Amino acid sequence: MRENIHRFFRAARGAGVHVSPAESIDAMRAVAQVGISDRTILRDALLLTLAKSQDEKLALGDCFDLFFSQPEPRQDQPEANSNDASDDADQSPSSGAASDSSGGSPPAELGPLAQMLLSQDRNAVAAAIASASGAASLSDIRYSTQRGIFSSRILDAMGLQRLRDDLDELTATNPALAERLRAALDALREAVRDTVAQGLALYAREEAENLRNEILRNAPLARIERRHVAEMRALIRQIARRLRERYSKPRKRQRRGHLDVRRTLRRNAAWGGIPFLTAWKRKRRDRPKIVALCDVSGSVAQVSDFFLLLIHSLHEVVDDVHSFAFSSQLIEVSDILEKKSPEEAMAEIMSKVGFGSSDYGSSLVDFEKEFMSTLTPQTTVIVLGDARSNNLDPRADILRRISERSKRLVWLNPEGRLAWGFGDSEMPRYATFCSVVRQCATAQQLERAVSDIVATYQ
Amino acid sequence: MAEQKPSTAIEAVESGLAAQGYIASRQIATAVYLSQQIEKPILVEGPAGVGKTELAKAIAAWRGLKMIRLQCYEGLDEAKALYEWKYAKQLLYTQILKDKLGEVLGGAQTLNAALDQLHDFGDVFFSKEFVEPRPLLQALEQPGGCVLLIDEIDKSDAEFESLLLEILSDFQVTIPELGTVSAITPPTVILTSNSERDLGDALKRRCLHLHIGFPEQRLEERIVESRVPNISQTLRRQMVGFIHEIRSLDLKKLPSVSETIDWARVLVLLQASELDTEIVKDTLNVLLKYEADIEAAQPQITTFIAKAARSNVFG
Repeated sequence: MRENIHRFFRAARGAGVHVSPAESIDAMRAVAQVGISDRTILRDALLLTLAKSQDEKLALGDCFDLFFSQPEPRQDQPEANSNDASDDADQSPSSGAASDSSGGSPPAELGPLAQMLLSQDRNAVAAAIASASGAASLSDIRYSTQRGIFSSRILDAMGLQRLRDDLDELTATNPALAERLRAALDALREAVRDTVAQGLALYAREEAENLRNEILRNAPLARIERRHVAEMRALIRQIARRLRERYSKPRKRQRRGHLDVRRTLRRNAAWGGIPFLTAWKRKRRDRPKIVALCDVSGSVAQVSDFFLLLIHSLHEVVDDVHSFAFSSQLIEVSDILEKKSPEEAMAEIMSKVGFGSSDYGSSLVDFEKEFMSTLTPQTTVIVLGDARSNNLDPRADILRRISERSKRLVWLNPEGRLAWGFGDSEMPRYATFCSVVRQCATAQQLERAVSDIVATYQ
Repeated sequence: MAEQKPSTAIEAVESGLAAQGYIASRQIATAVYLSQQIEKPILVEGPAGVGKTELAKAIAAWRGLKMIRLQCYEGLDEAKALYEWKYAKQLLYTQILKDKLGEVLGGAQTLNAALDQLHDFGDVFFSKEFVEPRPLLQALEQPGGCVLLIDEIDKSDAEFESLLLEILSDFQVTIPELGTVSAITPPTVILTSNSERDLGDALKRRCLHLHIGFPEQRLEERIVESRVPNISQTLRRQMVGFIHEIRSLDLKKLPSVSETIDWARVLVLLQASELDTEIVKDTLNVLLKYEADIEAAQPQITTFIAKAARSNVFG
């Protein structure tokens, strides 16, 4: 059983529940207390010790049900049935159970697997599959492509070779019995396939997800296939959570400023009020204020989409976000993004300003006319776009004024550095006024860029 | 108690708590049993008013232990949670003992000798005498053990969480001037959280995690039965059924167990024999705490009462 519990820990990790060694020790102690005879109590005990949030509880509960829905290997089975006194069954542990068959005793010269199948003892077959999958180390399965190899490994471990020989022999001598055996073998194959599929669901989830996420993180956002968009959104949300955790903790406060007389006196009361230890008035640091200008013309739109999603899911870290979208004109989109689901919001933004050819000059004019007052000396301005202005006046002078009014001006460009300045790209002219210009084409680069921006406020 | 079967031990916990008027689900009873057996704190999460704090009170009453409660809030620090030096007493004593010092040091010829003599007296002013124990230290010093309730831990700062780690895992605290104080009998520690913010992994790792949600209908009926015994069975079924229907609505704040109990009391006071639209409308403000919620629920009242009555017939 200990072995089983350990396998369960691995399955739990696969289900996304974080199980550290310390937690597994606690869980083992708890299991030792409650025993394993009562499954509902065992389930509660594991849920109490391993899961650390409601989400994890649900995931772990499902994992538990799936895990223990497979029959446990019962090593003690042979002892329980040994009074059947089977003659040649002692060679294999599982055939002990096979001998108490009711339907037509199979010829004794058959191999143990054949006997077991013919006797139709489900428990024994299930136990044999379980112990064979242990021998084939099914818990190492990682990818769905490995299903075939694990199935055949399990079947081999159960003695498929011997069964085949038996089958050949029987076809010659006893065709009726051979037919039965063949049907039983098909059923066995199916059972093994189910076991492997279940093993895959239990143990491989984590690995597969990691791999997929790793690929997605480094895929260019602008060219993501439609079917991956939902996964990408989930990944962006994950990134947002990580950034939130990193930056929402109380910032280290400055130990400079004014003396806090009241606290100083109190702290030094033990020394008769002589101020040995000083206490300073604390100064809270500003939370980031962000103004984001996003190009939503054709090629850049998807990157902007993910970027806006990321910025707006950071509301615990970032106090104040104003988002603007533009292609040839500029509008404020903060409200749309906050009130609607990401899909709806993006559709609405696109219908309002999207799909035009981009005109950075007139968009910047729009911004200066209406929204210049949103900029304060604490604001970070982020412009996301490829700076391709279709040879129209780029109005870099407005960008200079924006940069003067704000704390920082960051330009994120989905294009590679090589393309900057070629064709109608105005990147070099804009870059003069930016604090930072960086490429931002993949989720990973997006994460780094936003992380850096938030970090400057720490 | 030593070689009891776990299932019977868990039932014993359940009935023990029930005797104190706390109807626990099996999960809760298992958590309480395990926390005793492997000496770990329980971190209870769940919506407001499902009896997280009550659980601690019930455990204390059941096992006849003292309950020490530490209410968390933003800005809570170790001086208020752990211990503080009695500054005034220290000052007063130095003043009084000034003359004594002269006597003690009278025999010394040199400054060094005087210092040596002073050292012999040790750190008089930083001894147990001058420590003012706050809830956490008090809990460790209870000779027979106690139930320590750290309420609404999510309201405190993240630094305070770190302060708790030592006491949660080893049942001890370290006071720099005195050394480590270990618990005489490890207290039963219950932490509650409304999930206002995510707690640190280090804290979660040290606790059993128990989530108390809204109870099932049967369980809630039993809870009402034990808390408001003089309510009739039909009314009890109807009102609990009604509340379960209300919880299916999309409301700002769903009514929880404490509201159910309040409502049961109100219905008994008004001498209602069964639910009807009139009485529900009049008393809805006991259940729902926001004007918008009441408005959302108003049009559904009649259907819900009918549904609750129907489930009454079959259930």
